[in-house]
Formats: sequence, structure tokens, C-alpha cells
Amino acid sequence: MSNRLEGKVALITGAASGVKGETMGFGGAAAWLFAAEGAKVAVCDIKDEQGKKTVTQLREAGHEAVFISLDVTSEEQWKRAITETVKAFGKLNVLVNNAGMGYMEKVEFMTVEQWDYEMAVHAKGTFLGTKHAIPEMRKAGGGSIVNTSSIFGFVGSPDSTAYHAGKGAARIFTKAAAIQYAKENIRVNSIHPGGVVTPMTEQMLSKRRVREAFEAKVPMGRLGMPEEIARGMVFLASDEASYITGAELVIDGGFIAQ
Amino acid sequence: MAGRLEGKVALISGGATAHKGNVLGIGGAAAWAFAREGAKVVLGDLDDVRGEEAAAQIRESGAEAAFVHLNATLEPNWEKAVAFTLKTFGKLNVVVNCAGTTAIGGVEQTTEKAWDSQLDVHAKGVFLGTKHAIPAMRKSGGGSVVNISSIDGIIGNAHAVAYSTGKGASRIFTKAAAIQYAKENIRVNSVHPGYTDTPLARSAIAELEKDGIPDPRIPRVPLGRLAKAEEIANGILFLASDESSYVTGAELVIDGGMTAQ
Repeated sequence: MSNRLEGKVALITGAASGVKGETMGFGGAAAWLFAAEGAKVAVCDIKDEQGKKTVTQLREAGHEAVFISLDVTSEEQWKRAITETVKAFGKLNVLVNNAGMGYMEKVEFMTVEQWDYEMAVHAKGTFLGTKHAIPEMRKAGGGSIVNTSSIFGFVGSPDSTAYHAGKGAARIFTKAAAIQYAKENIRVNSIHPGGVVTPMTEQMLSKRRVREAFEAKVPMGRLGMPEEIARGMVFLASDEASYITGAELVIDGGFIAQ
Repeated sequence: MAGRLEGKVALISGGATAHKGNVLGIGGAAAWAFAREGAKVVLGDLDDVRGEEAAAQIRESGAEAAFVHLNATLEPNWEKAVAFTLKTFGKLNVVVNCAGTTAIGGVEQTTEKAWDSQLDVHAKGVFLGTKHAIPAMRKSGGGSVVNISSIDGIIGNAHAVAYSTGKGASRIFTKAAAIQYAKENIRVNSVHPGYTDTPLARSAIAELEKDGIPDPRIPRVPLGRLAKAEEIANGILFLASDESSYVTGAELVIDGGMTAQ
């Protein structure tokens, strides 16, 4: 393909969803696009088996990739993941905080345990990844952090609760980090996908009624594809976005513009 | 290697700032980026001399380019520019509404004439460009309209109230148009540059400094520097290309963190 990320090392969380022939997630699609643009990729996930399969396929396609097991809610695991990435590829230029999950529960039915876990993944996970990437990016003379938030970091929905709070937290945490590290040329931006069929959403969106109801709300009249989100990640990760920090890239077919 | 805009035809208002020898404007930098990525480019501008020369410079680089006189505030000019584009290159896939001027002044200092002129350029100009691009894009099976708003369409600019208002209008007009034409695969997005070193900005700052107001820009930017027009053009390119196939009604802020603080 081309070389928009030539010479860069990227760590992507939630990237086990890159197995060819299976439904891809944003992280998996990003791993493939980043590699195709010349990046070396650390594929991180709690799903070891799928993650290793993704890496095997990336390598078979001629790309450089490693799998690192990572639970983004654990600071110890983050330290190890960053160390292993630098050990494998010598540096760290790009971090994509993409690992995610979602409980479909209304406010009154959501348990505190569900709330705490979901907030840990979306808010604390993004914080910890950013915290431990900064020192390595500083050594590299700068870097780019892309945080996967959501349109649900802007607006509410009928059936999710902590998902909105967590994605809203990631959205504004992004700006705080962006301002703090701008002078060191470490850019931090958020990306806000709309409705896309991924391993996380496919069960919900496989119900025709749910899918059609969602599509009806999208001005473009269709769901997005994981690659369409991953292309935004490539743009923000690359030096093309050299003056973009603290910004929100919405990729939603017009959902929140109405 | 195929370009990211291979096979596309683009019309860029404010395109005469592609003239080499000057600092590039945003429309001009976009024209060069588009040409590099394989697009055929029509530069529309009020400045016929620089516009023709800029188109010739792009052709000398090996790309296809043409110039058409365009006052973005006049509907017949837009009709003519779109017709010229179709006649010259056969279709229209991308419009960049970039033509802009500025008027220094707070609320009390802004004359009605200055107000009207700013709203004409930034609001009506964007409306007219979009209006006349739509039928041509429909024939091409879709298209991308990129409206150059500003961070001043998001936050207030005390020194340029009419400019700020016009940029706010183009920001929200973008969403109205995006929703209306999404089903036809015509995407409409806005770009919000921060402080960028362009011919327009240089003249505005010179005017401020003449009034004894020091250049307020760099200390306010978290990245600590002005943008180059090329950095804005990279974002315009992303929105113009099929890479952004699911992006419509969105705002791409390119401001070095200015509005995130």
C-alpha cells in the first residue's frame, strides 16, 4: 500500500479482533491498516488466542507485529506492555487506547460492580495507557495517542449507562492530556465512532429489529465498517495530523449532526 | 502508487493562494495536496492574475489544473464555476469552500457594511457553493463538500466579531446540508483551523499591530506555534478522500489544542 506510518511503532489495545474471516473490531482493523502503512504493531488484548492468531496472520502477510497480553485496567500490565513493545521494536510512537466493552443496562438496573468495571476499562484504561506511553514518546521526540471514545461520549441512548459515562470521560481526559503534553509534541485526540458491527456489537446488531432501528437514525442510512473507523485512526496517528491535538474526530454517518 | 484522490475532480474557492512565491493560503495548500494525490483541480478566486498563474504552476508540476473567476458571494459566479468545471474535467466530486476575508472589529466597531460583507463571504458563499455543487455531485454518484470554518466558529473572537459569526454560520450550515444529502452519499463536513500562517492572517495581524494590539496568537496555542497551511490541507485531503466515507456533518478541528483548553 503506502507508507503513511513508515518507521513508526504503534501499540493498539483491543486489537485481537483482527482475525481475517471473522468480524473485525476497530483495533483489529487498525492493526492491519497501520501495518499496511508501514508501522510495526504491538497487538494488545486480554484475548490471548485471538491476539496471537491476528499476529500470525499479520506476519504471514509480511508485517512486523507482536502480541502482548494486556488487561487495560491493570497498571502493572500496562508497564509490562510498554516495556515489551520497546524491547521488541526499540521505541513507541503511537498508542491507540481502543479496548472496550459494554453492559446494556439502564441506570436503575446497573450494578455498582458493572459500573466500576466499565469505568475501569474506558476511563482508567485510557488514563493508564496514556500515563505509561508518555515517557517513551518523550524519548522518541513526540508521539500520537488516539483514544477510542464514541458518539455515546456526546449523546445518550436508551439502554446503556456506564458506557456513556466512560466514553464521556475518555473524551474529556483526552483534552486534559493534550494540553499537558502539547509542548512536548505528544498529540492526544479522541475518535468517536457511530454504529458499526464489531465483535462488541454484533450480538446486539444481529437482531434485525435493533439493527434497522439504529440504521433508521443514521443520516447516511447504513452502519459504518471497522475500516472506516481505522482510517481515521491512521490519519490521527500519522504526521499528517501534526497540528491536531485535543480534537474529536466523529465518524458516524451524520448521527450526532442532527 | 495510486493517489488518495485519483480520478477525482475538485473545485476550490480561494484557490489563488496556491500561488508559489507567496506564503500559501489554506485553499492553495489544499490545491497542491489534491494535485499531488491525483485530483484534477479547478481554482476559483477573485484574483484572476494569481489564480491563472497558480493553475499554470500546478500544471507545470505535472498535474491537471484550471482557473475560473469566482466571487463566492454571487450565485451566477457559482453557476459558471461549476459549469466550467464540468466542461473542463467532465464531473465534480469535491468542493472546498475556502474563500474568505476578514474584518477587524468588536461589536461596537463593526459597521453594518462590514457585517453584511463578512456574512456574505462566510455564510452565503458556503451556501451557494454547496447548493450548486449538489446537482453535479448527484450525477457523479456522491461527493464531498469541505467547508473551511475556523476555531472562531466555535469560540468567540473579540477582535473579529462578524468573521466569528460567519464562521459559526458555516459550521452549522454544514450539518444541515450533511443531513439533507447523506442518503445520496454526498458528505458535508467542516474544518476548523486554528492560527495558521496564511496571507489572510498576515494581513489581519498587520492591521492589529497597526492599532497597537500585539500579536495575541502563539502564547494561546498549546502546541506553541502557528500552523502551516499544509497542515490544514492534510485534514481537507482526508475529508475529501474516500478514507472518510462514513464522516459527514462532522467538525475537524486543527488548532494545536487551542479550543481544547
